[in-house]
Amino acid sequence: MYGNLTITDEPRKPSMQEDSEKLAEFQAKIDAGEKIEPHDWMPAEYRRQLIRMIEQHANSEIIGALPEGTWITRAPSLKRKLALIAKVQDEIGHGHLLYNAAETLGKPREQMINDLLTGRAKYSNVFNYPAKTWADVTVIGFLIDAAAIVNQLANAKGSYAPYCRALERICYEESFHLKQGHEAFVYLATGTQKQREMLQDAVNRWYRPIIHFFGPPDKVSVHTEQLMRWKVKMDSNDTMRNQFFDTYVPKVLEVGITFPDKNLRKNPKTGNWEYSDPNWDEFFQVINGNGPCNKERLAVRKWAEEHGRWVRKALLNPAEKYRIPLS
Amino acid sequence: MKSLDPRINRIDVPEDIPPVQEHEYWQTYEVFHQEKRGKQHVHVGSLHAPNAEMALLFAKEQFARRKKCTNLWVVKTADVFATNLEDEDMFETIPEKIYREAGGYKVTEKIAKYKESRKV
Repeated sequence: MYGNLTITDEPRKPSMQEDSEKLAEFQAKIDAGEKIEPHDWMPAEYRRQLIRMIEQHANSEIIGALPEGTWITRAPSLKRKLALIAKVQDEIGHGHLLYNAAETLGKPREQMINDLLTGRAKYSNVFNYPAKTWADVTVIGFLIDAAAIVNQLANAKGSYAPYCRALERICYEESFHLKQGHEAFVYLATGTQKQREMLQDAVNRWYRPIIHFFGPPDKVSVHTEQLMRWKVKMDSNDTMRNQFFDTYVPKVLEVGITFPDKNLRKNPKTGNWEYSDPNWDEFFQVINGNGPCNKERLAVRKWAEEHGRWVRKALLNPAEKYRIPLS
Repeated sequence: MKSLDPRINRIDVPEDIPPVQEHEYWQTYEVFHQEKRGKQHVHVGSLHAPNAEMALLFAKEQFARRKKCTNLWVVKTADVFATNLEDEDMFETIPEKIYREAGGYKVTEKIAKYKESRKV
């Protein structure tokens, strides 16, 4: 699962040193719907943005497994425990697929791990919030995964072939995540008074992070036209957020759960959803490391890295040389 | 660390750790997957592993935990020789290569004409 490419700095203009003929050829290829393979010529800025986007996506899969993973031992039934173990395993698998896709662009795996651990590389903001109760895990499994699927289905139509191939596999697996999340959600919503209250409480807490998930509104979001032309970014933040609301708000309301926002409604004229200001300052605060769980997430990730080190070293054959994966 | 998660509070989380070393994640392998007997093996992706046996183990977890699988191959990425994508045009079939294709050989018209000539 993953949010949107929101932590973009100002995209750099394709450099003047870039061969304008090649640049035009590259654009024509993309306009014709052709995919770009790792060894094709590509503008340096295309490569830079893609590495960052795929890397962030990979990091999000790995970090995203942490709030859920710690609930495996506390899952309320065997069925839920099995589903959660399978889901967490999938997320880690997705992380591996995505790191490989990013590697084809020339950034080694080890460097990506170091950048995550030192805070240089980002991951989806939503994983910096705690999963306080089982209902939080349910909301993550349903609504956060749903939001991620909206984003990933769009990105799967992008221009970089290895990323598309990874996403195809990921989207197929995520469909199970969404279904099990929905089922767990409906189960609590149609359960006892206490279960309903627990779920409502979790939805109230996750409402804002879910809006944040798709990134700031288009009008304040950093200029992304070039990225859209290159089919690195496929839809604007608002378009995806709107799509998410369209599909999933009714699915929450139909089981009698509400959102803590009296301004949330679809404008019948524009077809766009309106909502109260979700405090975008908080969004940027959390991205910059000041969310409730930023430190904890990285600390746990560091712990895992450190405890796996001796195993990796024991298996290392220094004579073998690393190669960039093929595709 | 004070966490909501009892498991986190029990582990001794480090402040800082030394960086991961270059090549610490070994080398890369390409994975080929056969969905059922009689089908071709198809390339499904790549992974990091220290040796071929471990690569097979990881490939099973990564690429064969959902859909049906009857067989897996792993090949060191370094051992794959590939054509250059820039030379893609060398695979284009020029019209003169029709002699290599089934459509280049037509007899119906001749047979019809022959049969016609025998009718007399």
